[in-house]
Amino acid sequence: MSKKKAVTIVFAIISSLLLISGCSGSEGASGSGDKTIEFMHLWPEGSSKQHNEIVKEIVADFEADNPDVKVKLEVLSNEQYKDKIKVLSTSNELPDVGMTWAAGYLEPYVDGKKFAPLDDLLEGDLKDSFVSGIPEAYEIEGSTYGLPLELNIATVFYNKKIFEENGLEAPKTYEEFQNAVETLAENGVAPIALGNKDRWTGSLWYMYFADRIGEGDVLTNAINRSGSFTDPALVSAAEEVQNLVDKDAFVKGFNGLSDEEAKSMFMNEQAAMYLIATWDLPNYTTNEDVPQEFRDSVGYFPFPTVDGNGDMSSYVGGPGVGLFVAEDSDVKEEAKDFAAFFVKEWGEKSVTEAGVIPATKVDAASLDLPDMYIDVLDDLNNASNITLFADVQMSADVAQAHLDMIQSLFGKEVTPEEFTEKHEEALSK
Amino acid sequence: MNRVMSNKWIIGMYILPAFLLISIFIFVPLLLSGYYGLMDWDGIGAMKYIGMENYFNAIRDGLFWSSAFHSFMLALFSTVSLIVYLAISLILASKIKGSNLLRKIYLIPMLLSSVAIAQLWIKVFNPSNGILNSILASFGVDNPPAWLAEPNVVLYAIFIPILWQYAGFYILIYYAALKNIPESIVEAARIDGATPFQIAYKIKLPLIMGVVKVTIVLAVVGSLKYFDLIYVMTGGGPNGASEVMASYMYKLAFSSNDFGYGSAIGFLLLIITLIVTFIVRKVTASKEELQY
Repeated sequence: MSKKKAVTIVFAIISSLLLISGCSGSEGASGSGDKTIEFMHLWPEGSSKQHNEIVKEIVADFEADNPDVKVKLEVLSNEQYKDKIKVLSTSNELPDVGMTWAAGYLEPYVDGKKFAPLDDLLEGDLKDSFVSGIPEAYEIEGSTYGLPLELNIATVFYNKKIFEENGLEAPKTYEEFQNAVETLAENGVAPIALGNKDRWTGSLWYMYFADRIGEGDVLTNAINRSGSFTDPALVSAAEEVQNLVDKDAFVKGFNGLSDEEAKSMFMNEQAAMYLIATWDLPNYTTNEDVPQEFRDSVGYFPFPTVDGNGDMSSYVGGPGVGLFVAEDSDVKEEAKDFAAFFVKEWGEKSVTEAGVIPATKVDAASLDLPDMYIDVLDDLNNASNITLFADVQMSADVAQAHLDMIQSLFGKEVTPEEFTEKHEEALSK
Repeated sequence: MNRVMSNKWIIGMYILPAFLLISIFIFVPLLLSGYYGLMDWDGIGAMKYIGMENYFNAIRDGLFWSSAFHSFMLALFSTVSLIVYLAISLILASKIKGSNLLRKIYLIPMLLSSVAIAQLWIKVFNPSNGILNSILASFGVDNPPAWLAEPNVVLYAIFIPILWQYAGFYILIYYAALKNIPESIVEAARIDGATPFQIAYKIKLPLIMGVVKVTIVLAVVGSLKYFDLIYVMTGGGPNGASEVMASYMYKLAFSSNDFGYGSAIGFLLLIITLIVTFIVRKVTASKEELQY
């Protein structure tokens, strides 16, 4: 009997020990001489196939050049990525290299000293390789904490076939644009695909109205507090949004649709226009999964001037994701080298293989590119101003207030005055 | 063997692994989130102790109370729908043709993951291409609502898949309980001339009352902390019209970067759920004394 008792005790102790050791994490030493860089990105094979493959190629090239360094990949989709990065940073286990967004998103990580400043790379290896003004979006108090990968501007994509059928042309002024919306709505075609469940999509529309009516930096100034949201231009921008809603410009139930759903309506020719940034270019140029016929029927135009105000070469846009290097990384030097290497290779490969616009300078003439892509690059080179996406400019809690307000504005639950007051309230906290 | 089991140390040993698991994954995080609720913390940088401020703010926060109201509405709806599930189980348990097959069909939603259900119902509710509005249009409804986009409709629209998702679970529980009632009791009632309705209401129902009480608690607690379908289908929108307590907590902690306040909301959610559970148990217990 006592033997049985002993067995029981031993068993119980072992199982508790197993449990405890199981919880203590597996942070053990990773072995001999070889160094491992952990790299987390957000382009899963399913939804971003081309991006995913480029990353693999770049990693393979880097490992070939640096035989003693290994790169360990971890891939998550966008929203999950954001959640995981936050949890990892709380427990001080950030990957050595990962992806971040600019400005407001970056702030808490820099304040918490989680990201390493990358000024030495920008002044050394990567000097002059970025489109000017773009790395500044990742700058906080004089140091740059991210290496931008993508550059996007938002333009209105439209279906040329539907426009022709209704006797319309790409509008240059807001009157023409309104006319197009009215004609389409009368003929029973949904004029604009908008997935405002995601809210930043509606923010693009508001930002363009603010940019055109305010002629310049009114919105940016209101956000950085050198101006105010009570500026009449920002109120009338909100009014214009609601006027569009009254004209049935947007697809039915837009406040409940995700951007993906809106996109599929545009791509299934159920809506004539779609305001989105140039990260969607591949769908209208190179993506073989989209029927050739549809790709040929898509054109784009910059947001028109409103009542003669504004400049059509001023865009809403900015860098998308950028690379960060963790401050606490064990292999910081190697991680920095990898980040620099990645940015350089990405610049070439992303253009030809993924059809997106990198934040590094592109020599368009030497490459064989689709027409629409070259046009967009031209527009980008001639851009008089690029206003960074509002929700990126703002700190996280203000951005949430802004996005919620955008949904209410489109849903006509607030007046334009309340809309701007709520912004002022959130910003002055 | 009896001697082994009566030894307190041995009992302790046996309990220890499970106890450690529960402590590490449930009790410690619970206390920690209560503690984080006392902090001004963005989840990344340094914490700053601010006392009860987050809790006071939450109590004054209109959005929190409106999300709490939505959670309570869900609890109410799921509790009321238990009556329907009970009726269905009574019918299924009375040996009708094909009851075996039907029971399995009712259980299917339980086997799907929440995200799959959400995607399915997003398609059903799609204002222009969805099956629901197509059906309504074919019946001549001129302007069917955009289900997930209209603030005064969205909450009730989203209740439908949530209730649908758990219907099979409750039906299964009731069915099992009803099958446990000895046939002889029902037989005796029938010989005494009881109608099927009387048998159901006066004999079967009181006999499974214990199970019914458990399902009420499950439905209420499950509703109060409900999160997944709402998060995937509307994200709490438009403008908070379908926000529940758990999705509000998530939004504060992960989207607004306000971990301290989010933790405080989470802790309040726990307290509210505990209080409601206590009340529900009290109420159902008093019923028991009346009936028996």
